[in-house]
Amino acid sequence: MSDIATRPAPNVFANPMVKAGLIAAAIVAAIAIGVRLDPSNTLYAIFVDPFQQMVQAPDLLVQTIWEGLVSGVLYALIALGFVLIFKASGVFNFAQGIMVVFAALTLVGLYEKGVPAFLAVILTLGVMFALAVTIERVVLRPLVNQPDIILFMATFGITYFLIGFGESLFGGNPKQMITEQLYLPKGAIDLQILGGLVSLQKIDIAAAIIASLMIGLLALFFQYTRIGRALRAVADSHKAALSVGISLNQIWVIVWFTAGIVALITGIMWGARSDVSFALEIVALKALPVLILGGFTSIPGAIVGGLIIGVGEKLGEFYWGPLIGGGIESWLAYFIALGFLLFRPQGLFGDKIIERI
Amino acid sequence: MLYREAGQYKSTYAADMAVFPLREDRIGIAVILGIALVAVPFLGSDFFIASVMIPFLIFSLAAIGLNILTGYTGLISLGTAAFMGVGAYACYKLTTFFPNVNIIVLILVSGLFSAGIGVLFGLPSLRIKGFYLAVATLAAQFFLQWAFVRVPWLFNYNASGAIEVPQRTLFDIPVTGASATPETRYFVCLGLVVVLTWFASNLVHGKLGRSWMAVRDMDIAAELMGIKLLNAKLGAFAVSSYFAGVAGAMMIFLWYGGGEAADVFSIRLSFNILFMVIIGGLGSLIGSFFGAAFLSVLPTALKFGLPALGVPLTGATAEHVTFMLVGALIIFFLIVEPHGLARLWQIGKQKLRTWPFPY
Amino acid sequence: MKTSILMKGAALGALLASTAAIMPASAQDTIYFSNNAYRTGPFSGSGIPIGDGMRDYISMINERDGGVNGVKIIYEECETGYDTKKSIECYEQVKSKTIVYSPWSTGATLAAIPRAHVDKLPILSMAYGLSASADGTNFPWVFIPPLTYWDGASVMVKHMAAELGGMDKLKGKKLGLIHLDAPFGKEPIPVLENLAKKYGFELKLYPVAAADMQNQGSLWLSIRRDRPDFLYNQGWGAMNPTAVKEAIKNNFPINKLVGVWWAGGDDDARAGGAEAKGYRSLNFNAAGQNFPVIQDILKHVVEKGKSTTPKEKVGENLYNRGVYNSMLVVEAIRTAQKLTGKKVITPEDMRRGLESLNVDEARLKEIGMAGFASPVKITCADHSGHHKAYVAEWDGTKWTQKGDWIEPMKDEVRPLIEANAKDYVEKAGNWPKRTEPCEKSS
Repeated sequence: MSDIATRPAPNVFANPMVKAGLIAAAIVAAIAIGVRLDPSNTLYAIFVDPFQQMVQAPDLLVQTIWEGLVSGVLYALIALGFVLIFKASGVFNFAQGIMVVFAALTLVGLYEKGVPAFLAVILTLGVMFALAVTIERVVLRPLVNQPDIILFMATFGITYFLIGFGESLFGGNPKQMITEQLYLPKGAIDLQILGGLVSLQKIDIAAAIIASLMIGLLALFFQYTRIGRALRAVADSHKAALSVGISLNQIWVIVWFTAGIVALITGIMWGARSDVSFALEIVALKALPVLILGGFTSIPGAIVGGLIIGVGEKLGEFYWGPLIGGGIESWLAYFIALGFLLFRPQGLFGDKIIERI
Repeated sequence: MLYREAGQYKSTYAADMAVFPLREDRIGIAVILGIALVAVPFLGSDFFIASVMIPFLIFSLAAIGLNILTGYTGLISLGTAAFMGVGAYACYKLTTFFPNVNIIVLILVSGLFSAGIGVLFGLPSLRIKGFYLAVATLAAQFFLQWAFVRVPWLFNYNASGAIEVPQRTLFDIPVTGASATPETRYFVCLGLVVVLTWFASNLVHGKLGRSWMAVRDMDIAAELMGIKLLNAKLGAFAVSSYFAGVAGAMMIFLWYGGGEAADVFSIRLSFNILFMVIIGGLGSLIGSFFGAAFLSVLPTALKFGLPALGVPLTGATAEHVTFMLVGALIIFFLIVEPHGLARLWQIGKQKLRTWPFPY
Repeated sequence: MKTSILMKGAALGALLASTAAIMPASAQDTIYFSNNAYRTGPFSGSGIPIGDGMRDYISMINERDGGVNGVKIIYEECETGYDTKKSIECYEQVKSKTIVYSPWSTGATLAAIPRAHVDKLPILSMAYGLSASADGTNFPWVFIPPLTYWDGASVMVKHMAAELGGMDKLKGKKLGLIHLDAPFGKEPIPVLENLAKKYGFELKLYPVAAADMQNQGSLWLSIRRDRPDFLYNQGWGAMNPTAVKEAIKNNFPINKLVGVWWAGGDDDARAGGAEAKGYRSLNFNAAGQNFPVIQDILKHVVEKGKSTTPKEKVGENLYNRGVYNSMLVVEAIRTAQKLTGKKVITPEDMRRGLESLNVDEARLKEIGMAGFASPVKITCADHSGHHKAYVAEWDGTKWTQKGDWIEPMKDEVRPLIEANAKDYVEKAGNWPKRTEPCEKSS
């Protein structure tokens, strides 16, 4: 269980039982869908009508794709936090979602206490650093060399703790993100194109720019700094890294702190879209299909995966969702990811590990 | 001194292969069953039985189910709650179609539907594993949960969208529905859990169980040894989902007594059961019970037990403290014993064996 | 080595000790009222003001009047985090002590209804829960004043008609329903479907999965495509502020977005900033501090430091709704005391009190709530009353009343309630027949 390794096994799918199973699955799905549909024009509604809509109202298509890209960037940000930690310490960090909430809450909470906005950002970064150090000292160091699933479990302990801790510090009521104080833009740019109106939210554009900047910085950091090189070495092999004198503890603190920074930025962006509350934690689950699509260890994978999932689920929900009553966004992402997985089990950019006995 | 195997000779192969080879263990099991059968229902308050013991038993069963998949076969699943939900809805539909069939039979049958769905969503396990598979099973979780809300046939087109548990009897004693006493529901739960645990114990000690463990340790090696991966993996999904399904049906029919089932079988429950399995001990049936006790009973005990013990903690603060304490305890236990409470239990027994002269 | 064994032993011991038995406490010459609160979890944004309002009103009654007719009310909260499992635990914990069960979530209400009829414990689910439970003949132990979700939906249609200029103008219009994809959210659908058929408007559904509460992008794109004339938002928790923000973002006229009463939190509207001015929600209690009852709470409780509520939060819409709920409890206790002549009443007496509850204009004035709410009257057969609601509008800083109180379409709702109650009772099999006699007065 310790390895995420997969192997090429097309022969399993040649198995007639598997084929029968897949066909059965397709039939069940078709029946489930058929319950909601008018049988006379089912095929038309699935294969023709959505594309007609796209052609007839290109402005809506553009808007949908834009919305998909924006949420894709935000999913990618959460996924990025996962990937950073997974790469460096092999921990599947269940607590990333609550770290997003915790960072955003700390920022807003400090501001409410009268701390100026930018000082609050710096202080929040301090808190995230303290959190990284604490997690390394209290959780990771004693659990070094344990199986992945134990570390995964430990991050669940962190989640529980942070939920209780965050709520007792800041209270559970939702808070407004301090977008204006952070000089984040408001309002929208309305474009009159394609015979309709496409409106781009400035905050979304800002999110995209900030996310790309951050990813660029991370790439530079990984490529050109000493710590970055050490991080890559640790990601390749813990033991080899230790043997050349890289301090695992130090790397872990850095990587958790980086994930904390990513969490803070994610929190600010999501918070600006709705508000800062513990419900945000649920949104973090959306990063999981992004991860399986992009691969657990690939930063570009997180970005591309996020964009594919974002656009895919928005298009699916908008054009095909109404056919079965809508609300399919909650699971569509997983099916998209699953579809990809059947062809590339290690994800789009995941490392291919060849298994040996 | 009290607990050791000295002097107990095994003269047959059957005795050698027994699940409880030690006389003391058998006595211990008998004592535990005795407490569960007599002491708990007669001494425990209604609250203790209804809100502590019944949930504990049901979660134990679900944890055993997931342990078969994750602990014995090495396939992580985050869709347990959804498979439990399939069992609950199947049971609801069955009792609508066959109101005269005994509800316990229906609860057991409804697990089969869950097993079928489990196999279907287990198919990707033939190709992917580890956390990739875990996330793939989330597809089952979210899709099924969506279906529970969206397919009105599943909840008999009730305007409230909820499952309403009808009254069903066994020997003229109400077992489900509101007039069933906590004691009756407890006895039914206990019976089902004991029988199914015995069944699981035999399975994991048998051929199928051994093939699961071989797959867990290394599936390519297992395949080379002639174990059919398809049968082993899908078999594990089927059995695991069966247990989950039965637990889900019990959860709605014997514990909740109806309500918003789609909301109950949410991703949180899936995670909770996975954590019960890990905390309790992967690949251990008794660990499933420990894990269920830890994650289901502990929060309740802290919430209602602390005020009763005179610790002035109520309302939101108590909830926060409970959250922090449970989180800290999880980390504490993992550090102390990463192999779960079951391993602690084993170590304890080992110490007892040599006590009081450990050298 | 030694220490690690010790630690392991301690760990196992801690586990065993913590699972020890749990015993409830007792109550004496007082009335005990336990309320399910959810000050934690994703829905706490709504749960905190409601809990504060409920607690402060009861404290005020205890402080100002020394209780109800001299009997103090012990108010306790059982924390649920809006979680059905914890709510059931709370029910089991308080059922032998509390005088009335206040579930505070639709899921908790649904799970409690069958139990309450066996345990003989009245449930007060104020404008939430199972709409069909307004049928007192089949549900003698459940009370759902002042109106149900179905009434709310009909009020929404009336409001829409009023905005358009008459019921006949509804023809050909489009009403969108944004709803949480759960039983609570789907509740208004049957009534809206009936009314859509009757008045010839089109109903569009926009479900929001609980996991996507704060991620409504594609839903609002669909709204942009369908261009509904009005939107009714049956939402809760983090879903509401997100909906308000998305409406602004997508240039949907904010005064055409009307929330159910639970979507009328101050925080929900505040999320939209200045542009949320004009956001509407149905309401059955007034917001603000300009009522004698709220002034009394400020004077006797908040300003004396006997509450954790910040002063500026007193009078917010959901706070006042909590006050309203506690008022119903206190008035029911008073009615029960009058009916039975006892001072300390039992849950059975409380049920009689609730069933004979009659808070008219005069009584509202006496308790300092003139203009705060519409009169409430519950009868033996009608456990809701289907009372009036009004449309509140957010003026940028607070909720204000917009237009008159609107009577729900009782003739549409009532048959549906009775049919559904019958259906529920039949499916339950062996549902306890009502044995409780009706009061003479009602």
